Amino acid sequence: MPSKKLAIIATKGTLDWAYPPLILASTASALGYETQIFFTFYGLQILKKELDLQVTPIGNPGMPMPSNMPIPVILQAMPGMQALVTNQMKKRMANKGIVGISELRDLCIEADVKMIACQMTVDLFDFNRNDLLDSCEYGGAATFFEFAGESDINLMM
Amino acid sequence: MANVDQTLDASGLNCPLPLLKTKKALSALDVGQTLCVTCTDPGSMKDFIAFCKQTGHELLESSEADGSFSFLILKR
Repeated sequence: MPSKKLAIIATKGTLDWAYPPLILASTASALGYETQIFFTFYGLQILKKELDLQVTPIGNPGMPMPSNMPIPVILQAMPGMQALVTNQMKKRMANKGIVGISELRDLCIEADVKMIACQMTVDLFDFNRNDLLDSCEYGGAATFFEFAGESDINLMM
Repeated sequence: MANVDQTLDASGLNCPLPLLKTKKALSALDVGQTLCVTCTDPGSMKDFIAFCKQTGHELLESSEADGSFSFLILKR
């Protein structure tokens, strides 16, 4: 029986949004799916060799605050707040046994998840190929559809 | 209790790590061998059933005691 296929488009470059595509891709691989992720726009941050993914509560009223203390929106914009919240999130994740994003990405690579960087956005942001994973490939929309067209599941995140 | 060829302790780890480690451990086994996984992820009960259903491995036993889950999987 040919394996099922999963195609994901990852468009977000925050720490929290880096998780869903990588969790689903690694799990799908473990279930026998052939999996491909197309990273475009801010999603390219997930392909950086040196990951520096952050979270911010700004514009995200659903994010639980440390100790459940609500922080007024104007204070959320204070310098250092993003680093503080990111730090808290990472600590919380570690305490809950949630895998670090870099390790999760390694697990995807190990599981042969194919990662494609959107060439157009690489150019748009003047990203240097040397700053992105050596194992990632480069392509455009047609490259994505070549795989997506024969995939059983297509997700955009 | 059936024969256990290999054990894997995934306690303290959260989704999707227990499954990914299980998949890896199963890859190292021969068909017909068994793997006993213990973990504390409360979502694992449903996930391991779904994992075995989709990969064709056989879930011989599953149990829960004091927040700890254990699964005995036969590699197919």
